[in-house]
Amino acid sequence: MHSIDIDKVEHIIDHYRNEKGSLIQILLDVQKQYNWLPPETLKVVGDRLDIPITRILRVATFYKALSLEPRGKHLVKVCLGTACHVRGGVRVMERLGQLMGIEEGKTTEDMKFTLEKINCLGCCALGPIVTVDDEYYGKMTPEKVPEALEKYQQ
Amino acid sequence: MPELRSIEDLEKSRQDISSRRDPDKPCIAVCAGTGCIPLGAKKVLEALGEEVKKQGLEDEIQLKETGCPGFCEKGPIVNIYPQGICYCGVQPDDTGDIVSAAAEGGTVERLLYVDPVTKEKATYEHDNAFYKYQKRLVLGNNSRLDPRNIDDAIALGGYSALGKVLSQMTPDQVVHEVEKSEIRGRGGAGFPTGRKWRIVKDSPGDTKYVIVNCDEGDPGAFMDRAIMEGNPHSVLEGLIIGAYAMGASNGIVYVREEYPLAVENVSLALEQARGYGFLGEDILGSGFAFDVRVVRGGGAFVCGEETALIASLEGRPGEPKQRPPYPAVSGLWAKPTNINNVETWANIPIIINNGAEWFASIGTEGSKGTKIFSLVGNVNNTGLVEIPMGIPLRDIIFKIGGGIPDGKRFKAVQTGGPSGGCIPEDLLDTPVDYDELAKLGSIMGSGGMIVMDEDTCMVDIARYFLNFLADESCGKCLSCREGIRQMQEVLTDITEGRAEIGAIEILEELAETVQKASLCALGQTAANPVLSTLRYFRDEYVAHIEDKRCPAYVCQSLVSYYISPEKCRACLICLKNCPVEAIEGGKGLIHLINQEKCIRCGACYRMCPARFGAVERLSGEPVPEALPADERVIEKGKKG
Repeated sequence: MHSIDIDKVEHIIDHYRNEKGSLIQILLDVQKQYNWLPPETLKVVGDRLDIPITRILRVATFYKALSLEPRGKHLVKVCLGTACHVRGGVRVMERLGQLMGIEEGKTTEDMKFTLEKINCLGCCALGPIVTVDDEYYGKMTPEKVPEALEKYQQ
Repeated sequence: MPELRSIEDLEKSRQDISSRRDPDKPCIAVCAGTGCIPLGAKKVLEALGEEVKKQGLEDEIQLKETGCPGFCEKGPIVNIYPQGICYCGVQPDDTGDIVSAAAEGGTVERLLYVDPVTKEKATYEHDNAFYKYQKRLVLGNNSRLDPRNIDDAIALGGYSALGKVLSQMTPDQVVHEVEKSEIRGRGGAGFPTGRKWRIVKDSPGDTKYVIVNCDEGDPGAFMDRAIMEGNPHSVLEGLIIGAYAMGASNGIVYVREEYPLAVENVSLALEQARGYGFLGEDILGSGFAFDVRVVRGGGAFVCGEETALIASLEGRPGEPKQRPPYPAVSGLWAKPTNINNVETWANIPIIINNGAEWFASIGTEGSKGTKIFSLVGNVNNTGLVEIPMGIPLRDIIFKIGGGIPDGKRFKAVQTGGPSGGCIPEDLLDTPVDYDELAKLGSIMGSGGMIVMDEDTCMVDIARYFLNFLADESCGKCLSCREGIRQMQEVLTDITEGRAEIGAIEILEELAETVQKASLCALGQTAANPVLSTLRYFRDEYVAHIEDKRCPAYVCQSLVSYYISPEKCRACLICLKNCPVEAIEGGKGLIHLINQEKCIRCGACYRMCPARFGAVERLSGEPVPEALPADERVIEKGKKG
């Protein structure tokens, strides 16, 4: 499992020490570090900012960018903005789900992939769009899905 | 980096920058926006760099990485200046020819835009149909400057409006100028910007905030991203002018977390602006002090709403608050706060430089200036288009957008995102104007314009938006939280063939309650997609409910796929592409679909070669009986 280097969290909190209301910024940065929000880190954030853990959890569950569950090695996002929807984004999502054997929002058992939907990446001209980590795949079809995933399978 | 201590310093620096640059030196400008990068823009840039070196032209040719000019459909886009030659769909292999042509003043014919209707080639940006009808006040410089180099912005007149304001205008005059321009907010509601500024200016208090709202959450809109990535200094300049006018000393740029490049470019722009003395203490020697920081959103659509955005900035869940008090009086940390959308801020320097009268001469009675739309969906030329207010929707879709692809028929255009509505073909001559669009039951919104062809099911679209809103409702108001969910359930029943007569009336009743009883715009407008589709496409609802038929063959529960035995050539293509092995057959054996196994994904329909066209879609009628096995054998030599 993960090992938590608390110093990193402290460092992130220090970075924002002069700015009021930076809880969400801190959580985003912590998540960038660990790929999710491990409970230990939330405790540190709460202690340092003197914010009850219940309030932190309320924020962490409200914002979609924040995840309280470990996410897979590769983050696969399917854009389901309107432009991608009218060009068949849902079918692409279905095919991805079938291939990975998981539903949207879930992570495969081997922790390789997390499948998420996203409400518009702003690449509407290339819809339907799928991103795997930082790579963009434009004009996707269900038929092109297996090939796109192949290089991440190892 | 020299700090500019006066307006004279700024003008001198502008002259210095310009004198170091040869206006006739060929410049190859490559769009490196989020749209062109997935199409290979970075590889093109790399190849161009190598090519320039290889041809020994480092001193003769300048290579520039720019923001998004808007023509995403034909990306990667490469423009050659000073002529303004526009190349489309450029790949690394093309770079040798581009560099040679640029050095010799020639053109690479094969990379020019070809008009889908007239088949004519367009050499220059300005004679290309996509750009020809636009008026690119805000977006125009995106393809001419490197957003990561402040000198590029300054060379093109950047910060000159700030210089004018600080040296020649009082804060009151600035607010008055914005009032006179009659510009309305570009983010959605269309509230007059000048009036908002006046309230903030007149609100008592030493601490005031000005905020850039770049939480562009409307699915299908990306103009704010393009401005933020491509010309962040134009937004900053507007913001500093606003801060001066309203007496704010703190600014915040609130950007959605999903736009990493925008966050990066605006952060860099802030640093450079600070270095030049456009931010900080005593800006350009005027005594005015102001600074800005960037805050990322957490991925919540509702945070585009002002009071929810403020809650998010205060580190709380983004739940809207009762208004009044309006943020202009009591906003962030209970101080007077002005929030404007990215596009609104970017218009401010244009108004100051050209004057309010000039600005107000563009557009219609109630809607002044230009508006950027993201023209997307089933249209030939997708991308960002900036047009003067008042031109008809039809011109945007058919003249600029080049019409509907694949010879399909136009069905509707959706404007205003999840708060907007769908407009049918017979209303396409409506001019683009805040009030005209509202009359049709839609809104201008932030400028999403999604074109839908005959293969789009309007009930499915209404359900799509309600799914979106159900996900994004913050849950504070019962009417919004539960009302949207109930409407969503009724719509799901309709699209899955379970709805009974009376479902439409239930929808209408729910819609009214959600509209009237919700606190913020998300809930108040949530019913628009349902009401507008009911208004213009009621027959589609009736077909789903009474005939269990989806006229556009979209709603999976109401559609079946069937292989016509007369047309099938047993080519195995559909069989191999079926993801659930629902197709039976073999070489020489006519294929048939096992309806029990079929998940109605339509792969067979899409994959069946057009020359056979054997897979048929059925809706509202039973699937014909399968042929007995012995009749399915195709005799050798017998071709269809």
